[in-house]
Amino acid sequence: MIPDVPEKLPAIPERPIDLPNLERSLRHPRTFISAALSVLVAILTILAIVPLVSVLYMVIVRGSQRINLALFTELPPAARMEGGGIGNAILGTALCVIIGAALSVPVGILGAVYLAEFSEESRIAAAVRFAARVLTGLPSILAGVFAYTLIVLTTGRFSAPAGGLALALLMLPIVLLTAEEAIRSVPQKMREAAYGMGATHTQVVCMVVLPTAIPGILTGVMLAVARAAGETAPLLFTALFFDYWPGRLLQPTASLAVLIYDFSSSPFPNQIEIAWAASLVLVVVVLLLNITAQLISRRSTPVR
Amino acid sequence: MSNVLGTERADAISRPPTSFEWFNDRAFRSLTFVFALLTLVAVLALVVDVTWAGWPAMQEHGVEFLTTSRWGGGHYGILPEIWGTLYSSIVGVAIGSLFGVSIAIFLTENFLPPVLALVCKNVIELLAAIPSVVYGLWGIFVVIPLLRPGANWLHDHLGWIPFFGTRLSGPGLLPAALVLAIMVLPTITAVSRDALAAVPHRLREAAYGLGATQWEAILGVILPTAKRGVYGAIILAFGRALGETMALAMLVGNNNVISTSLFSPADTLAAMIANRFPEASHTEVGLLMYAALVLMAITLIVNVVGTWIIRGTTLSGGVR
Repeated sequence: MIPDVPEKLPAIPERPIDLPNLERSLRHPRTFISAALSVLVAILTILAIVPLVSVLYMVIVRGSQRINLALFTELPPAARMEGGGIGNAILGTALCVIIGAALSVPVGILGAVYLAEFSEESRIAAAVRFAARVLTGLPSILAGVFAYTLIVLTTGRFSAPAGGLALALLMLPIVLLTAEEAIRSVPQKMREAAYGMGATHTQVVCMVVLPTAIPGILTGVMLAVARAAGETAPLLFTALFFDYWPGRLLQPTASLAVLIYDFSSSPFPNQIEIAWAASLVLVVVVLLLNITAQLISRRSTPVR
Repeated sequence: MSNVLGTERADAISRPPTSFEWFNDRAFRSLTFVFALLTLVAVLALVVDVTWAGWPAMQEHGVEFLTTSRWGGGHYGILPEIWGTLYSSIVGVAIGSLFGVSIAIFLTENFLPPVLALVCKNVIELLAAIPSVVYGLWGIFVVIPLLRPGANWLHDHLGWIPFFGTRLSGPGLLPAALVLAIMVLPTITAVSRDALAAVPHRLREAAYGLGATQWEAILGVILPTAKRGVYGAIILAFGRALGETMALAMLVGNNNVISTSLFSPADTLAAMIANRFPEASHTEVGLLMYAALVLMAITLIVNVVGTWIIRGTTLSGGVR
């Protein structure tokens, strides 16, 4: 775990110690450069927070104009129409994310149990972990392509399950890797105490390790749901979009993200306003999930 | 199973597992093994599936597809998209790295009280939480109008420099790259922060003991020690940038040209797939699958290299 130490450490000057040189005064170039760089990184950090503030400001200012009951209960407005809402898109996003979670959460948690408890660091475990890491970095649109060829082409129609499968692929590595870390952070003593009572490995996992690791696992699930709720690319050609309320399962399904994308290039002010309102809803949901996840994980895991 | 002393274990809570429990144990282990394998299978299936889907078009168009830039009339090429993908990612990651590594240093090297550093870290992580489609919307209505006067001034006065060769008339490469920089910044910060935090304290103290100023210690000792993790962070971020779809589809302009100008509209592989797919004909879908295959090949290589580099340098392995 310890990184390599560079071969060339800075050379030690061969002269008697120059005491004034050790003085920390801004008149010395060394000290001045150090202070200047400190100010520079502080400025860069503050600059990096500006976009977040700007996004939140814009989303709140432009989105809140349309926050009313109609937004949640009505269908998206067609061109030149006034009013309207995003009711079907909220339902559709929820549906796709639930399908995605139903597919990815069991696989992720049980897979993590295998990696952390049963694998004994086998080659397969290393391969699974590597695959999960590669999957986190894979473009989300490829998950869409995968679900398109696998489900849309087979069933012959765009549908929420196809979108859900694409989202599941993106959620899986988040759930798996966070759950593994959570399970590993359960103190070894608790496991040994349970073994000492004659518990089987499975009993230890199900009755001691998993209940203890639940906050960490939940963090991963929430982060995965937050990520999936905002994903657009995998839904573009799997769930597609739908202007009406969802009826059957195997039909195109609206989603908040695709609605924002479609309406962002609209020439009609009403649709743009709806896009901002949908962004506000989406951002609030995603940020709440993220902040809750951060709070849970901070309370449960020791600061390393 | 009588015990050593030969007495009955009257009220012992502990006992060896029954054969039913033993069977359960085996079954559960196998179950978790199968589910772990599913992850591996999912990734392999994705790779095989995209390859399979892109194969026919690859047979038909071959290398010509990668080296020409026409789209239509029986001739198809994605050279402008490959160029745009690389150009926007390099510009975005360069800006993102400057900020990301600086922030990682700021958060690990005792510039802030620990509580404030933690808050700062969490706020930076929230940058990654904002959905990319919202960044796209924000880019259209905030970043592009903000950049236009400056960009057009640069073009009017320094237009002979290739980077400023065109006007910024709306969507273009620079706004897309800027938003990309914001989106990859949390990845770079998180991974390099872990790498910096893993530098042993003794090295730091030794540097200070030799009379180094804080920044002499950072630039001379700490960064070189953590460089593997920092490089890994940048490569992983590059992989993310290559595959980022929505923000680019909304900001890059979807123009099938190769230009060195930062202000020219361009196109990227992922954005092209997203934009053309919904209304693509049957042949075009095949071609887009080939483009997806190219995108997958590039990002897979970059990701595998990045994951391999930071393996062992950070605790979380680059996953936030």
